[in-house]
Amino acid sequence: MELKADELEQIANPDSRLNTTSWRMMTRAHQWHGYNKPESIWQPVSEIPKYNIVPLIIGSLKATLVALVLSVPLGVGAAIYVSQLARPKLREVIKPTIELLAGIPSVVTGFFALIVMASIFQEVFGYSSRLNAFVAGIALGLAVIPIIFTISEDALTSVPTSYSQAALALGAAPWQVAWQIVLPAALPTVFAACVLGFGRAIGETMIVLMASGNATIVSASIFDSCRTMTATIAAELAEVVFGGDHYRILFLLGAMLFVVTFVANMIGDVVVHRLKARLEGKV
Amino acid sequence: MMLLQQEKRDWPSLSFTFTTGLATFLIVAILVIILGNLAWNGAGQLSLQFIFGGTKEGMFDAAHAGIFHMIFGTVALVILMTIGVVPIGVITAIYLTEYARETGFVTRMIRSAINNLAGVPSIVFGLFGLGFFVQFVGGGIDNLFHNGQLRYGKPALIWAAATMAVLTLPVMIVAAEEALRAVPKGLREASLALGATKLETIGKIVLPEAMSGVLTGAILAVGRGAGEVAPIMFTGAAYYLAHLPTHPTDQFMHLGYHVFVLSTQSPDVERTRPILFGTALVLLALTFLLNLAAILVRARIRAQSRLGHT
Repeated sequence: MELKADELEQIANPDSRLNTTSWRMMTRAHQWHGYNKPESIWQPVSEIPKYNIVPLIIGSLKATLVALVLSVPLGVGAAIYVSQLARPKLREVIKPTIELLAGIPSVVTGFFALIVMASIFQEVFGYSSRLNAFVAGIALGLAVIPIIFTISEDALTSVPTSYSQAALALGAAPWQVAWQIVLPAALPTVFAACVLGFGRAIGETMIVLMASGNATIVSASIFDSCRTMTATIAAELAEVVFGGDHYRILFLLGAMLFVVTFVANMIGDVVVHRLKARLEGKV
Repeated sequence: MMLLQQEKRDWPSLSFTFTTGLATFLIVAILVIILGNLAWNGAGQLSLQFIFGGTKEGMFDAAHAGIFHMIFGTVALVILMTIGVVPIGVITAIYLTEYARETGFVTRMIRSAINNLAGVPSIVFGLFGLGFFVQFVGGGIDNLFHNGQLRYGKPALIWAAATMAVLTLPVMIVAAEEALRAVPKGLREASLALGATKLETIGKIVLPEAMSGVLTGAILAVGRGAGEVAPIMFTGAAYYLAHLPTHPTDQFMHLGYHVFVLSTQSPDVERTRPILFGTALVLLALTFLLNLAAILVRARIRAQSRLGHT
């Protein structure tokens, strides 16, 4: 009798004959049986496993975007202030303090976002889901700030003093020197710092795993819960069958992350070294 | 100078300084808030019983839970990791500083590989550890020596340590290289002039001189490794164990993973909250102390090399 019921179910649900691990099924929306419209769904543990990675990519990008919107202005602004405007004594104190931020383990940042920040933000902004891309992105930004700050600060400091002295001698104010002379000279590296920050943000796991809410929905709002690629690997790898489809697709996600961060690091590295060589007068 | 001072007071200058200064202030303020909040909420939980106590009474209950098992697991992990990472890192650094040609193609490839290794997401290391160490190496050992019995081919302390060693390798290499480069050329030349071979020079002159720098690297690697959770989630860390790990093939509990478990799986958040803050504070203190130690050792080396060799 049970077999018959299975067979009936198969006839009733045409999706059961699909190869859900094909590239098409993994990247495009599909009109699933019983749904109103074509949808991209990541649902690896269901009767018909659905492996659409689009929601995960969107989740990763949303959290990363929020992180960069927070960390780029703060990191670069602080780098300009510390390298150009602050008094040397203040500088000696602030630089290691900001670098201390890099020493906070990401699981602690994630825990802080989950327990403390999420509740405060929800009260302030009044959105419905307590854990979402916004909270995760802000926490992620905290992890990215030290990277952007350190690299930008290094670059701004390594701009030859002859540049700024010449501008000062021509009557420019210190802020004009910082904004119009030093920053443009170091701009490629500041850009590289942001690219490296992007690589760090998209690869970060614990923070997003704890603070993003982990719902695999496709939505453009940053106040909706989201699930990133990294969090998906972390949450699901422990329970998969070794060597199965799900296992392989998680490894595929890992490989995609590797490629993305690899490219980001390459770009960052090349730009940093080129500019360094140019400022040192080697090229 | 007077002129500039006066000009500083004009509107665009003031707003520029204010904006960038505000960014700096905000970052520092966030840091202070996080650390202050953790210290404020976590300090109350710290006690000898908390730090040296076991978890038998229930790990989610603030009144009884101890974190000794997690501290033990974390320390065991970083010790095993150090045993793995220091030799490989130092040998690589020796090759790069003493043997490799500075501008050669191979050297550039190695350097860019090290750089990229440092940027690989930690969860990818976790995948790598599971696929390579646990299943390929561990499974291979089982098939060869234990007739397929499951002894090494499962998540274990040793595989977590191996994964962590790969993750911290770039930190170690960079620090060791810096230390080796700080050894003055004169020392090497004097040794070679006295008839020592290159190997003897490296082993008896350069390495001992660079020892404290290598130590810095090891401390930095440990500081980086102690706080990482993603790579050990599938390679050895356990949700709960009643006893301490006694063999490298045992699983272990870890401070960072415990913070994750407590904050996401607790049945009663309010009762768990004090342990959670306490554990996070201990983990934070551990990593900060290690980083601070590295900074101090490094500062001393730099001061020494400036004083002694100019």
